[in-house]
Amino acid sequence: MIVRSSVFLSICAAVAAGIFGAASLIGNDYVFFAGYVVLQFVVLAQAWNILGGYTGYVNFGSAAFFALGAYASVFLHKYYPLPLPLLIAIGGVVSGLAGLGMGYLTLRLRGAFFAIATLAFAVVLQTLVVNWNYVGGARGAYVIRPDSVWPVGSYVHYLFLLMLALAIIAVAMSRAIERSRLGYGFATIRDDELAAEASGVPTLRLKLIATTLSGALMGMAGAPFPYYIGYVQPAAAFGLDYAVNAIAMPMIGGTGTWYGPLIGAVLVASLQQWATVSISSELSLLVVGLLLVGFVIVAPGGIVGLARRYLWSAS
Amino acid sequence: MSEPLLQVTGLGKRFGGFVALDGIDLAVNRGERVGLIGPNGSGKSTLVNCICGTLANETGSIRFSGDDISTLKTHQRTRRGIARSFQLPRPFASLTVAENLRVPLLYTVDARGGPRMSTIDIDARCADLLELVGLADKAGWRPRDLTQVDMRKLELARAMAAEPQLLIADESMAGLSQVEVADIVALLIALNGHGVTIILIEHIMRAVMQFSQRLVVLVSGAKIADGAPEVVIRDPQVERAYLGQ
Repeated sequence: MIVRSSVFLSICAAVAAGIFGAASLIGNDYVFFAGYVVLQFVVLAQAWNILGGYTGYVNFGSAAFFALGAYASVFLHKYYPLPLPLLIAIGGVVSGLAGLGMGYLTLRLRGAFFAIATLAFAVVLQTLVVNWNYVGGARGAYVIRPDSVWPVGSYVHYLFLLMLALAIIAVAMSRAIERSRLGYGFATIRDDELAAEASGVPTLRLKLIATTLSGALMGMAGAPFPYYIGYVQPAAAFGLDYAVNAIAMPMIGGTGTWYGPLIGAVLVASLQQWATVSISSELSLLVVGLLLVGFVIVAPGGIVGLARRYLWSAS
Repeated sequence: MSEPLLQVTGLGKRFGGFVALDGIDLAVNRGERVGLIGPNGSGKSTLVNCICGTLANETGSIRFSGDDISTLKTHQRTRRGIARSFQLPRPFASLTVAENLRVPLLYTVDARGGPRMSTIDIDARCADLLELVGLADKAGWRPRDLTQVDMRKLELARAMAAEPQLLIADESMAGLSQVEVADIVALLIALNGHGVTIILIEHIMRAVMQFSQRLVVLVSGAKIADGAPEVVIRDPQVERAYLGQ
């Protein structure tokens, strides 16, 4: 089934309006708080999938790109406060450039070596931030957000709306990539880089595009974080949950498609929010860990892979 | 005489202490059909890898259409007009057979400039190529469901899809039946008839003799013979390399 991009975007906008309307109807701000986190993970999962799912390069350093976006906002907030959409754009540029730089340094590595290099990248960045006093160092930094924003009203609603828009951008971007020349190029890199080069695919350039896009989206997801949480410290922004979730959600949903990470992020992040409230916040990460282990063993194709297998055997 | 399409001069390549290629000189003219033979480990595939850019040569130069291409990346050489098939087929496993052919069309043919190909053009060319190699009814299959023969046909079709000036077929017939070998030789000769220069690396002598206008023999990384096939196979040095003394 082929849906044109304009139609797809209209559907997305309608779904988004529905989500926002439904959340408003419930009339409890907690819905927006929790929803923001779910949407943030939709963006992170799509971002990870662009590099990890499409080109097959596993990035363990997602938290670093997320934190870079967050700390770009902290830095600018202290220096000269700017409107949030602009901060998101800046966070995207900063993390995109970091992605480009990391890609240039590490993309000659393959498999586990690349994954370890991304992990090292995250550790190096965290060390830098911890020792950078201007943005709070190890103490962290407070970011006082306004109570309300014209014309949305409540700042939490405003944050939710922005993240909703980002999630739609991320989903639409992934879908567009999948159907493009770029998408074919990414798939050939995942399958066989030697054969890709021999077919004329400039693999290094494409991999750099992937790390840049992926990093930029993660930075954009991180940019509003200080305004959401009010207090940023390195351990939170570089938290293990971002790195783990960014990998686990696409894996659980199914990598390599735009809807796999979407399904995975919505399911797992919602489950986490529910577990945090009803059981304990520590348990929520355990849930993800167990789910990830289970899926990797039983269904490496994720939920999408399971569904495909079921439909295949049914037909 | 005009300049050769491919001019390899003094090409050398070592792997540690092992000399894989030792000062190879090779010229291939436009429109030629050249057979490249040699015992296992004689450096045939290394030579192909150096020409295509998969490996970097340490000494010597490679000129293609008059330009030095020694420092170009593989994809740049492919865009200039050198295409290859791999000895062990390396299809893009997650793409369908037809999509495998789309990749060189999108990234090589379309990247050479001129007006962009429409989706319809690309689909039509994919269909033509699949028809040509006899895979038309398997366009939507995944490579893993193909037989070994079909996999080799796909490998050749993908190299042909890049519309090369020079096609290097690296043992594209190993393991095929006599009829299938004859099919592929006919296919390559037909392609040559359309102006594509071809280097064929092959162990099956019947195919090599039928195909080649000129035969080049590599032994232990050195070229020991280069000339008309009937003359070359009677060369005592070649006989010694193949049959022992």
